Amino acid sequence: MKREDSGIDERQPNRVVRIFVVLFFGLLLVALGVMKWGGWQEEKVSGTGFERYGFYLEEVGKQVGIDFAHEAPVLDAKLDHIMPIIASMGAAVSVVDYDRDGWQDLYVTSSRKGRLNRLYRNLGGEGFEDVAIDLGVADVNRAGVSMGAVWGDYDNDGFEDLFLYKWGRPELFRNRGGKVFERVTEIAGLPEWINAGSAIWVDYDCDGYLDIFVAGYWPESLNLWDLETTQMMPESFEYANNGGRKYLLRNLGDGTFEDVTLKVGITSRRWTLAVGAADLNSSGFPDLFLSNDYGISELYVNEGGKRFVEMGEQTGVGRQPKSGMNAAFGDVLNRGDLAIYETNISQAGVLIQGNNLWVPLRGETLRFENFAGAMGVDLGGWSFGAQFGDLNNDGALDLVLTNGYISADGNGNYWYDFSQVAGGHSAIISDAKNWPPMMGRSLAGHQTKRVWVNDGVGQFAEVAQAVGVRDRFDGRAVVLVDLWNRGMLDVVVVNQRGPLLLYRNTVRAETNWIGFDLVGQQSNRSAIGARVQVFWNGEVQVQEVSGGSGYAAQNQRPLHFGLGEGAAVDSVAIRWPSGQTQMFYAPDVRRVHRILEN
Amino acid sequence: MDRVSGFWKSVWTGLQSRYLSPALITCILIGGQVTFGFLESLGQTLTAILSSVLAEFALGRLTWGVWPGLVSAYITGISVGILIRSPLFWPYVLCSVLSIASKYVLRWRGRHLWNPSNFGVSIMLFLAPEVVAGLSIQWGNTLSVMVIIWILGSVALWRLRRFHICAVYVISFLAFALIRCTFTGQAYLTSIAPITGPMYQLFIFFMITDPKTTVLTRKGQCLVAFLVAFVEMILRLNEAIYAPFYALFLVGPAANVFEIWRKAKATTDEHG
Repeated sequence: MKREDSGIDERQPNRVVRIFVVLFFGLLLVALGVMKWGGWQEEKVSGTGFERYGFYLEEVGKQVGIDFAHEAPVLDAKLDHIMPIIASMGAAVSVVDYDRDGWQDLYVTSSRKGRLNRLYRNLGGEGFEDVAIDLGVADVNRAGVSMGAVWGDYDNDGFEDLFLYKWGRPELFRNRGGKVFERVTEIAGLPEWINAGSAIWVDYDCDGYLDIFVAGYWPESLNLWDLETTQMMPESFEYANNGGRKYLLRNLGDGTFEDVTLKVGITSRRWTLAVGAADLNSSGFPDLFLSNDYGISELYVNEGGKRFVEMGEQTGVGRQPKSGMNAAFGDVLNRGDLAIYETNISQAGVLIQGNNLWVPLRGETLRFENFAGAMGVDLGGWSFGAQFGDLNNDGALDLVLTNGYISADGNGNYWYDFSQVAGGHSAIISDAKNWPPMMGRSLAGHQTKRVWVNDGVGQFAEVAQAVGVRDRFDGRAVVLVDLWNRGMLDVVVVNQRGPLLLYRNTVRAETNWIGFDLVGQQSNRSAIGARVQVFWNGEVQVQEVSGGSGYAAQNQRPLHFGLGEGAAVDSVAIRWPSGQTQMFYAPDVRRVHRILEN
Repeated sequence: MDRVSGFWKSVWTGLQSRYLSPALITCILIGGQVTFGFLESLGQTLTAILSSVLAEFALGRLTWGVWPGLVSAYITGISVGILIRSPLFWPYVLCSVLSIASKYVLRWRGRHLWNPSNFGVSIMLFLAPEVVAGLSIQWGNTLSVMVIIWILGSVALWRLRRFHICAVYVISFLAFALIRCTFTGQAYLTSIAPITGPMYQLFIFFMITDPKTTVLTRKGQCLVAFLVAFVEMILRLNEAIYAPFYALFLVGPAANVFEIWRKAKATTDEHG
């Protein structure tokens, strides 16, 4: 139907010009051919990461006593033909110092009914032992299975409590002095059943008590082990609005929670896979960022702890539908404000969504622009969890990303079938029986991970292979934590149907760092939501204490700032959730400062 | 009076046929973006349109010494802007320039052989898969948008007397989907799922029916549409995700070459 025009066909072309046009055309094709067959790859890194980037990661999980391997759920037999897709989540990890011994411990989840979760106690840097059974937080995969866990001191007794979210009944465990956990799910008044994709602790109204935000993924009406219908899939690959409801559970301060979701204006039914809370507009109250699978992201701006207004469209983060799977915050440009990193899917030749790095624009109104492509952190495969942290202590936040969806043993892949269904009408895509059987094929499997080193001036370099991250498991959650109290961030990754990997970091000795372990008094005791600004060498970096970030993950509670070689800190400003601020001048470097709220 | 009204009638008819396609594709662009925000970004699509128009201007003027019409380049730019997906900007520029340049380079006996956007999109999908993918998503969750586009597109094609191409292709696709099902064991609905998406609407209304790159006879057009669907089936059985683009890329020029050759041979025979 396209109508060509101009009548140029009847004329004679200028031969000289035509020769140039032909040459130019040929050159363009040759250039593309070189890209394809000559190696379209990022810069190949030579030498070891330690020499070039100032750090090196070595996988030591089994050596230090961690033998965890995740097991995926087995759901209703009606889903057998695509079970690897449906049961593709649940490997989660969260960091906590549950016994306040000054050493960071790890809680990891398995997702098959009857399998045990693990709580790895850090034996003072001498290895780990699983204490989950003894403490009562192991056998939790019966009324549904684990999808993740976050820690927060909801009763302000000084010990971190455990909120476990599942495809099933969510659970709350009260920490009794670091000695044992008491299950208080019913007392707390939690919902009966949520097919949750993510959860965080957040003090949304800054009343000094931690609240819980849980995001449903599948609709809460579904029992995935006993389905009445196969019409339970997303209604669209990019415009789905038929996922699970969200829950904002307000802590009433007496050990119970009240569902205030609708009252505060949260109505989303998108397929949320990651939630993050941070004060993005400097209002003093945490805003909620929802990274949604099969659709646009949402940003719920907090209006004085009274209500939330969804402003994804207005702020720019909610315009383009993708497959959101991560929410992490980081001051990537050392400007004193937080960018959001959201992961999506990129598969060569099939689907190039590109990950998002939402950098706030300076101005009166809250607006973000996606700088992922410009800064070199856009292509990460089928990306899941990602976290910011200064891996080489050079003063700029780096980025670790894990990926890989379904790695099968055979050679076949499912992309063609997947693309057929993904492009189909809602009546087709929403019914699981229309999805072609996987038959042991991979879908974005065996992918290489990403470790992006920030050069401090707006560019990231991908160095995973060079710094020792060479696994190809199906990564889900990643956390950064200083497990040996050495002033450097180690990396822990949990893989779906795979082992937990613990990458021990070694950083160049000359680089300085500083840490802050905050204890709230008027604010919630975990200090979740506290904002710390460190000023040094004419630079500033901001971090917030988080109640869960990334995908199905929670980093260590103390904040870690790299400073660079021989650097000293000029000052530190802390803004607590209560609104109070504290200033410190010239604090010692190379140590973690434990700071009590005034 | 009759002569005056006849003049305006012919102008109106000319405008209708000349601007029907750009009007339709503009409606699809605006409707899709306003309703669902389906573009990678408006900036990237505008980049594709601008690149396409500038390339047409430059190449038309330099090669042929005339100021070319821009309707074709406009449609090509929009097609490129919708059909390829990349987080980067340069693939949109390159795809548009390649598409337009193909009209000036890949010619035989005064005719260009490939539909411009089909050429550009196919080349980008094949040679730059690391940064480019095709439009493979649905528009929203309802049939309404699709039905409106199908009705508008069909009416436009009918007026341009090219509806038969679309009809033969769609019927062939649906029939070959049945055959594919017998090979793959897939549900029929799964096999026809792609044709319910917007990629096919652009493919059917703006690529396989392009007057300049389809053969001239009605029977020939029907045969080519059938062959495109047939080759697409072969490619789909080999799990080529962008099978329709590649099928047209292979069949369209081959049919044009055959027709040009046959016509030239007939002329030669006629003259002795």
